[in-house]
Amino acid sequence: MVKKVVTGNYAAAYGAMRARVRMVAAYPITPQTFIVEHISEFINNGELDCAYMEVESEHSAMSACVSASAAGVRTFTATSSQGLALMHEILPIASGLRLPVVMAVVNRAIAAPINIWVEHNDIMPERDSGWIQVFCDNNQEVHDMVLQAFRIAEDKRVALPMAVNLDAFILSHTVEPVDLSEPEEADRFVPKYVPPSPTLDTADPKAVGVFVPPEYMMEARWNMDKAMREVPKVAEEVNSAFVKQFGRNWGGMIDPYMVDDADVVLVTMGTVSSTAHEVVDELRAEGKKVGLVKLRFWRPYPTEQIRKIVGKAKAVGVFDRAVSYGVGGPSYIELRNAAYGLSVPVMDFIGGLGGKDVSSPDIRFIYERLLETAKTGKVKKDITWINTRGVEQ
Amino acid sequence: MKLKEMPDEELFTRGHTACAGCGAATAVRNFMKILGKDTIVVNPACCLLIFGATYPLVAYKVPLHHVAFENTAVCAAGISRAIRMQGNDHTTVVGIAGDGGTADIGIQSLSGCAERNEDMIYVMYDNEAYMNTGIQRSGSTPFGAWTTTTPVGKVKAGKENFKKDMPQIMMAHNVPYVATASVGHIQDFINKFEKAKKIKGFRYIQIFTPCPTGWRHDTAKTMEICKLAVDTGMWTLYECENGKVTINRKPKGTPVAEYLKLQGRFRHMKEADIQKLQDWVTKKWQADEKLAQCKSA
Repeated sequence: MVKKVVTGNYAAAYGAMRARVRMVAAYPITPQTFIVEHISEFINNGELDCAYMEVESEHSAMSACVSASAAGVRTFTATSSQGLALMHEILPIASGLRLPVVMAVVNRAIAAPINIWVEHNDIMPERDSGWIQVFCDNNQEVHDMVLQAFRIAEDKRVALPMAVNLDAFILSHTVEPVDLSEPEEADRFVPKYVPPSPTLDTADPKAVGVFVPPEYMMEARWNMDKAMREVPKVAEEVNSAFVKQFGRNWGGMIDPYMVDDADVVLVTMGTVSSTAHEVVDELRAEGKKVGLVKLRFWRPYPTEQIRKIVGKAKAVGVFDRAVSYGVGGPSYIELRNAAYGLSVPVMDFIGGLGGKDVSSPDIRFIYERLLETAKTGKVKKDITWINTRGVEQ
Repeated sequence: MKLKEMPDEELFTRGHTACAGCGAATAVRNFMKILGKDTIVVNPACCLLIFGATYPLVAYKVPLHHVAFENTAVCAAGISRAIRMQGNDHTTVVGIAGDGGTADIGIQSLSGCAERNEDMIYVMYDNEAYMNTGIQRSGSTPFGAWTTTTPVGKVKAGKENFKKDMPQIMMAHNVPYVATASVGHIQDFINKFEKAKKIKGFRYIQIFTPCPTGWRHDTAKTMEICKLAVDTGMWTLYECENGKVTINRKPKGTPVAEYLKLQGRFRHMKEADIQKLQDWVTKKWQADEKLAQCKSA
């Protein structure tokens, strides 16, 4: 293992290189571009034996990855925001054909207004695309999750594509010390590629992608749903194997912190988790019983695990870096589903949109609001917009 | 290969559900015999996919891949890259799409693949409209033609624009091979697919494939229409090999009206519009001939 100070983009590219991807098709978009630049460098320096398609759009990037995967090789790509939106049509085809394409998504605001900074509104429309989705909190986790993603996606019980999400600029362009895996370590963890689904082979002709009439559609969908339900088990297994080999434990589907005796729990995704972690320590030092759940897997959603934790709390909050207009944050909607029938109040805090900074005082405000609710049993506001001019918190 | 030497074995078999007289089915059946068993096929969402591969039946005896509508070229390229990476330097990868999937929605990915000189064959079966969705106008629909989106109404009738010149667009990409073919000129068709199969890099063949359903013609007249298309100059049979352009068959100068009258899609056309199309055909042929003269070296 080599410790280097690198960006999240480098960590993602490095992980893909160490997984020995054989085909990368990509298109530049800020703030993802460095990922595919680094991959091109690895290839041109002879560090990675991989075909690189400099396609003319993200739509073509995902299309090429799907087809290369169908032809039996490990594939990788990366994108952001508008690029992900352009890929949208092809994402459910990757999952529907049961192809384990892995993609890094550098989460950036979706236009309009056009903005290149962090927001999770780009990935949210892909919730039901059949992609496994994990969110990262630091650059080490990005490197580690790219490696883990190949193992999870390629597991025969799963055979679904996977997106590794990292926050724009906060991770993508910020350097942190990262333990970068050596080739032999990575090879041990990510085995030689064995396609989990039928491939295009002239020696054994098969059709990958045909027109399916109504008589057979329910079964195809059911098999996908079943595969997605296998993910928590597989992800935990892969996490355990990772801990055993590398000694780092990201927690599997969720990473709870100080929740056992907590009066209030906040659920976060992405880099806000680190900030919240610090605030939990501060508040605990003040004797306040606060806890945190870093929601790592967004799809499949760890409903049962979350339900067990929030069921013990007196108030639960969720921080959303995205909004479903007129309804609330997507993570809030999901959490309310997980908490259905429980008496615990669930409150939404929407903030950090379009790269707006989320600081410790913001998180402290959220915890204080939750503690107040825990004490009084009253919810002051269901949905609170943080740091928004003209909007009362 | 002579026509009588064509293999008997079908790689696009009987039992598919194409309409009688379908030019596209004839094209695929024949060129698959030339490309052979060591071929991987990519189809977009189009007539061909529906009549050739509706689960659980598949007419292809070779691997078939379908992803979406506008990405046939790049999907074929993705396969080509993947199999070459695995050390396979022999399998032919062919993308087969209609004119809508090629000249309209598919042109971006097609252009990208041509520019990168991906090692693949791209076949456009040109039936001059979106036939699978029910005969809507495409960029490849000829001037004057009725379609369901260029209906014959009281103030407007038929397509107002001329056919997009896809072969010229592909030639402008300076790829190793660009050709037009027709199911009505089978020996020329065989020669071109044999040639394309041997070349490395990006190859583009656009085939004239009448659609009796969409063109409103007698299913027995498919071949006659093919011949008239070439004789009138509506379809130029030519090929471009590394920049050198060869005309394979000169038009006889048959009036375009002879071609039009066999097809219901042109039935409404007035004398003036027929003349307008005739002038366009004459000019187009002159331009094609000039191109061949300029690029004959």
